[in-house]
Amino acid sequence: MSTTKEGAFFLTGRDFTNAGTASSELKGILESMHVQPDIVRRAAIAAFEAEMNLIIYAVAGMMNYSITPEKIKVVVSDMGPGIENIELAMTEGYSTAPDYIREMGFGSGMGLPNIKKNADELKINSVVGEGTTLEFVIYLNKAP
Amino acid sequence: MTLDDIKKILGAVVLTGNDDLDTEITRAYCADLMSDVLAFSVTSSLLITGLTNTQVIRTAEVADIKAIIFIRSKRPEGETIALAERKKIPLLVTDFSMFDTCGRLYEKGLRSQSGENV
Repeated sequence: MSTTKEGAFFLTGRDFTNAGTASSELKGILESMHVQPDIVRRAAIAAFEAEMNLIIYAVAGMMNYSITPEKIKVVVSDMGPGIENIELAMTEGYSTAPDYIREMGFGSGMGLPNIKKNADELKINSVVGEGTTLEFVIYLNKAP
Repeated sequence: MTLDDIKKILGAVVLTGNDDLDTEITRAYCADLMSDVLAFSVTSSLLITGLTNTQVIRTAEVADIKAIIFIRSKRPEGETIALAERKKIPLLVTDFSMFDTCGRLYEKGLRSQSGENV
């Protein structure tokens, strides 16, 4: 893989019809660039969890990605309620999602832990009442 | 086992993916929580679930799920089937409950993770 690619997707809160399309497109781009399947899967899962978080909680936001021969970087930033206690939000099983989200199969408190599990680096900056920026990096040539 | 074997074991109906019944299935994962699927399923699994919304197809696509079987005669709406068709993910429906679906497939040798594949 020698090329570099970057781009962005606009995301709208509560738009469950299109939820997942950005991550799906990102997955397709990574596949077309012949990134290893296990890395594609990790990136797609992390991006999908971040995308669902935005759709569930925020008003709107963006997913920016950049893919270089060294790494995949995804930044998901939103205008949303923010996360009051990031440490608590990182706890498996902790969730503030309403029931209708749980009925859709989400909001089980595994989103952020799952992003952490699949990414090599994860940074979250959040301001309550303003929004959240989540950034993760996955290295393409990291020794297993 | 193949998807066709699974169809026969469960007396399942194929909603989409009739041309892919020769797909080899070696692992399965069952859940109604999509984050659990994303966190714990292994690549190329069969997903057994009672959820029928479009998010199930998105989750399957992202997690490299090979096929989905809906339990207790739960049929997804057209939108879900259409998305699965586009993403080439076969969908099946069985009358069996989650417990009986898993039990029958386990009995015939299907397992979840490689470590438990004995």
